[in-house]
Amino acid sequence: MWRFIGIRLLQAIPVILAVITVTFFLVRVAPGGPFSAEKAVLPEVKAALEAQYRLDLPLFQQYTAYLGDLAQGEFGPSFKYPGRSVNELIGAGLPVTAELGFYALLVAVIIGGLAGVIAALKPNTRQDYIPMTVAMIGICMPSFLLGPLLVLIFGIYLDWLPVSGWGDIPGDKILPAITLGSAYAAYIARLSRAGMLEVMSQDYIRTARAKGLPEWQVVVKHGLRGGLIPVVTFLGPAFAGLLAGSFVVETIFQIPGLGRFYVQAAFNRDYTMILGTTVFLSTLIVLFNLLSDILAAWMNPRLRAQFGEQ
Amino acid sequence: MSLLEVKDLAVSFVTRMGTNKAVDGISFTVDTGKITAIIGESGSGKSVACYSMLGLVPMPPGRIDGGTALFEGQDLLQMSEAQLREIRGRDVAMIFQDPMTCLNPFMTIGKQLMEPLLYHQQVSKEQARARAIELLDEVGIRDPESTFENYPHQFSGGMRQRVMIAMALINEPKLLIADEPTTALDVTIQAQILKLIANLQTKRDIGVIFISHDLAVVADIADQIVVMQQGKIVEGGDSEHIFHHAEHPYTRKLLAAIPADSKAPMPNEPDTLIEVRKLCTWFDQGRNKEPVKAVNDVSFDIRRGEVLGLVGESGSGKSTIGRSILRLVPVTSGSVNFDGTDVTTLQGNGLKTFRRRMQMIFQDPFASLNPRMTVFDTLAEPLLLHGIENSKSVASGVLKLMDDVGLARNFVRKYPHEFSGGQRQRIAIGRALATRPEFIVADEPVSALDVTIQAQILDLMQDLGKEYGLTMLFVSHDLAVVRHLADRILVLYKGEIVEQGSGEDLFERPQQDYTRQLLSSIPGRALLE
Repeated sequence: MWRFIGIRLLQAIPVILAVITVTFFLVRVAPGGPFSAEKAVLPEVKAALEAQYRLDLPLFQQYTAYLGDLAQGEFGPSFKYPGRSVNELIGAGLPVTAELGFYALLVAVIIGGLAGVIAALKPNTRQDYIPMTVAMIGICMPSFLLGPLLVLIFGIYLDWLPVSGWGDIPGDKILPAITLGSAYAAYIARLSRAGMLEVMSQDYIRTARAKGLPEWQVVVKHGLRGGLIPVVTFLGPAFAGLLAGSFVVETIFQIPGLGRFYVQAAFNRDYTMILGTTVFLSTLIVLFNLLSDILAAWMNPRLRAQFGEQ
Repeated sequence: MSLLEVKDLAVSFVTRMGTNKAVDGISFTVDTGKITAIIGESGSGKSVACYSMLGLVPMPPGRIDGGTALFEGQDLLQMSEAQLREIRGRDVAMIFQDPMTCLNPFMTIGKQLMEPLLYHQQVSKEQARARAIELLDEVGIRDPESTFENYPHQFSGGMRQRVMIAMALINEPKLLIADEPTTALDVTIQAQILKLIANLQTKRDIGVIFISHDLAVVADIADQIVVMQQGKIVEGGDSEHIFHHAEHPYTRKLLAAIPADSKAPMPNEPDTLIEVRKLCTWFDQGRNKEPVKAVNDVSFDIRRGEVLGLVGESGSGKSTIGRSILRLVPVTSGSVNFDGTDVTTLQGNGLKTFRRRMQMIFQDPFASLNPRMTVFDTLAEPLLLHGIENSKSVASGVLKLMDDVGLARNFVRKYPHEFSGGQRQRIAIGRALATRPEFIVADEPVSALDVTIQAQILDLMQDLGKEYGLTMLFVSHDLAVVRHLADRILVLYKGEIVEQGSGEDLFERPQQDYTRQLLSSIPGRALLE
């Protein structure tokens, strides 16, 4: 078990290093720089700024210096928010984005899981077609369309829920969570349908029926565990994806999360901020993938035994 | 009154392709304290008949067309799902064919065992646990207290089937339906499980329906036998009648399919084709662990044109020997001399040339054929790869092979899933013969097949062996099958040869206890001889 985790963590190092390197040089290739958009800056001032942020050094030295900072856990100062470090900014945005992501994931698992399981129990009937069609629409519908639609219906016409904000008015977290989670709910519905369909055709389900158990017990006790393993494997990447992809929703609903910093940083050529958020998020993605793999393995007694032996 | 009286039961499946009458008006009875066997090949409707009575056939596509099934006087076919649920697992319990897939892999066997008891009866968890452990002990699970918390994958096939049996008996049912309960097991384990079922049945005085494709299996235990073909019962009676006075041609065919004869020994002593000397194939188990000695210091010769039988249980190393000779697994030490060349040291092109001269036929024709390749592609690939035919002549080469293995020529563009198990095994044999090999390793080639099909494939292999002048290593757990085909037989136990000789020698004058044990496991031997 620990050996497995250790190997996976070691494998993550080259991945993250590659992400850093590619991002570092890509943002430099993009035209413009952090201080080129400012109105008529004196050449001496610009030189001073660049010296302060090490931009006057040759590119490769900037790269190695940045790696050195990273090794100490420092993402460096932000270019566009003078006096504040990237660590501080991520620290400010992360709790909000993580909370949003968590609620969205909850929405996705509950709605998607239920829809998928229900569809799988009566395949190729109306009970299957309707949720799966909705799921397909969910996958296709971008959040910048769904978000305003929900705001229009529930916020303005029905006047049930607040149209924006985060933690100011009760209920203002509902619409963002649904908007962000719906695409993932759709994926989970499809995954759990496929998983349940496979499990419910297994011989041991027939054994359970032959014992005389009522159908709901057959499904819950014997079906769900195996059927939902594919969903569990997907949860890690999904949560990481929710964190990284929350920008649109955060913008629509005026939420002070990480996503907004991320995109603004790209527009502003805030090199350290772009790098910092990218490295941070890619690390999260690697970690969550590992977590969900461990969870899925733990759910399968055969794999669990193999872990135990190592 | 009989325990179960089935009259004119008819079940069909309605699909887009049309209506298929799976069970076509069958009648039979099961008495308390008796075993009724239903015999027939795959698709004869024997399982569907039993499942449909208990509401275990999904409807649609299934449909009960008529008949009655009186269980203690009440018609099962008229009951609601809720009423049937009360009966399933309490009064009527089932055991299924494949103990590998019929137990839930995500649940401890203890939990699975207690489930029917907790659901059907008012007992506490402690009582259920005590009862489950008692039953595990009765069906012969060692140390049931501690294995109670184990998962199915921690048991062997035979042990899992014992757990299944315990689970079926936990509510003391009046009727037990056993659907091919020993088909997935080795002959020796099969004998144990058959004995166990017969003992438990006598002790509890319950009725049993025993479903099988193999008449020999039920020979020793069945009181009544009904033979099914294409949804109908063609013959029925006590086992004395079926085995000695069968009238219907299909029953006679089933009887004839039971391999019972020894092959005559080879007339003269031909030269040796393969010399295996001190062969060891060990598998590493990771650090700090003893390697598994699958094959340990084995030496034998195979003569040109000979069929050498290799017999043993699962895990005896018999398949590994075949694979070692073909270099499909890395050999630890020893030598394999094929027509003067030591094949354990061959590399690259030398190995390729040599592989052309040796081929393998695998057990499972469902898994060993590529599902996305037509028969033509499967057979043409080795012909072209080894340059036996060119792109112009390959079509006629493929058709020649299909003629040889008895496949109709118009099947040439079909995919494996369109064929039955026996036909697939014919394709697999054709693929093996394509390179015109001198030597073939046949690894349990008929174990996955129904008995009647098994007999056809064995005949085919015998004919082709003569026609192609093949030397063959025939690997099987079934002594009766091996005796039918092999000139000489090696008996393998835990990676070592314990006895060898002609079929007649082994059957008439076995020297070792282990061989005697194998012989006594052959089902229905007493009745047939």
